[in-house]
Amino acid sequence: MSLRNSRNKIAATAFAALVLGLGPALAGPADDTLVVNEDVTIVTRAPAAAHLDGHLKEVYSGWLFREDETRKMQKDDFDNPNFVFLEQGLDAWSAVDGSEGKSCANCHEDIADSMAGVRATMPKVNAKGDLWSMEDYINDCRTNRMGAEAWKWNSADMKNMTLAISLQSRGMPVNVAIDGPAQAFWEKGKEMYYTRFGQLEMSCANCHEDNFGNYIRADHLSQGQVNGFPVYRLKDSGVVSIHQRFVGCVRDTRAETFAAGSQEFRELELYVASRGMGLEIEGAGVRP
Amino acid sequence: MKRHVVMAAFAAALAAGSAGAEVAPADVKWDEGAIAQSLSGVAGDPDSGAKIMTTNALGNCVACHQISAMPTVQFQGDIAPALDGAADRYSEAQLRGIVVDAKHTFEASFMPGMYKTGPFIRPGDAYTGKAAPADLPPILDAQQIEDVVAYLLTLKE
Ligand code: HEC
Ligand code: HEC
Ligand code: HEC
Repeated sequence: MSLRNSRNKIAATAFAALVLGLGPALAGPADDTLVVNEDVTIVTRAPAAAHLDGHLKEVYSGWLFREDETRKMQKDDFDNPNFVFLEQGLDAWSAVDGSEGKSCANCHEDIADSMAGVRATMPKVNAKGDLWSMEDYINDCRTNRMGAEAWKWNSADMKNMTLAISLQSRGMPVNVAIDGPAQAFWEKGKEMYYTRFGQLEMSCANCHEDNFGNYIRADHLSQGQVNGFPVYRLKDSGVVSIHQRFVGCVRDTRAETFAAGSQEFRELELYVASRGMGLEIEGAGVRP
Repeated sequence: MKRHVVMAAFAAALAAGSAGAEVAPADVKWDEGAIAQSLSGVAGDPDSGAKIMTTNALGNCVACHQISAMPTVQFQGDIAPALDGAADRYSEAQLRGIVVDAKHTFEASFMPGMYKTGPFIRPGDAYTGKAAPADLPPILDAQQIEDVVAYLLTLKE
């Protein structure tokens, strides 16, 4: 048995014996509270939403499954590597682009007011009845209102902007609509979440519902929540979008993955976001 | 051209000393989750089995299972029961069945079928994220399965 595993075992046993005194203990989530800049407290654990009855009792941010050092980086914006990029997004907010000679700020004015709470409601159904992620709304404004080129889903420009907009929902509860016009999309996303894809025949739920808290090789499995996104991944030295993460998780089941921005991933995003109801938007997470 | 391919495959089979003896994934004979017949007709090599079990792109069994007999292998997962003493709990035929496709033994098992070519939902070409080729090979070949079974048979307590 590896050193790490024996350490886990000991820690888990001690935890069960001393704190709970009953039942087997899971390895994690960490016993920690996310207070950013010694100011904003962000809810990272909460009772699960009613629609998760029989599936999850409590929901946890991915932040709680990371090592001490990584968690710490998210407690102070000076240590959070997202902020270099987020600031570029704030600059782009007031930069004129496209044939109409407009910037985002020309119409939306102060990002702190106009975009407050927006990230918490994404993805959502637009006026035409389509389910849109934040990236879709941004590109709609760029192409149809500014006469500018669409940004690629996983481009630096797009991620910088989604970071800047997400920060304006920091500490606000996930608030996606799953009923009314959103319901049919939500049902499809749910079906996808429980579908066992690829040659490994694994669903999202196999890892993130049945096995969160466990280790798959060196990886400490979380519930695969998206409230922390976009996140900075230390391994990639870069910002990762929600759909980019989905691409990787589906690919890792030896499956033909879906494209970032696809209808399937927007539906999955809605369902996964709804599993995080009760948690708050972190704006923005740091992951290994 | 076609004959060429067939000849090459025949030559490879001969070289492996297993001409005609190899059981294809679709021809495996199940008996309540167990498979009595060797898939390759060649005795398994436990040392090779141990390598396959700890290699990410191959069996990667330690992603989910702990094996105390492999103390130098780091980061063994804890998703599934430890494999210590597996040979005390299961016969060779049962172990072969579990490795080929555990879903015949454990309903809806999380464990991937190692000698299975379908049906799958959106199978991919290994870890590329691209669609699988029409003749998607199983994760492990017949001899690799036999090697893994040979290693598992050493796990006695
Ligand atoms: C010409 C004015 C205009 C410009 C310039 C503009 N937008 Fe918009 N934006 C709008 C309008 C109007 C809506 C509301 C559309 C609707 O509700 O269907 C909107 C909606 C949005 C939304 C969705 C908000 C919500 O609550 O649903 C986002 C996000 C957004 N814009 C981001 C941007 C960004 C980023 C830029 C700059 C790259 C930008 N917009 C530039 C007019 C503009
Ligand atoms: C084989 C196991 C496995 C499967 C199946 C899987 N994931 Fe993951 N996922 C991981 C691992 C490992 C990580 C990184 C550690 C963690 O946060 O769990 C991860 C991370 C994530 C994250 C980032 C969480 C965070 O806070 O940083 C999201 C979101 C996610 N997965 C969603 C999904 C979705 C949606 C599916 C189904 C399409 C899925 N995963 C399928 C293993 C898996
Ligand atoms: C993705 C996780 C995963 C991987 C990878 C995996 N297994 Fe398993 N395995 C399981 C689970 C889970 C079980 C428990 C049975 C069940 O409930 O499905 C299991 C059960 C077993 C058992 C029966 C154990 C017992 O004592 O009852 C054996 C033997 C076994 N696996 C061998 C292997 C071998 C050999 C490999 C590599 C070729 C492997 N497993 C790879 C998840 C995995």
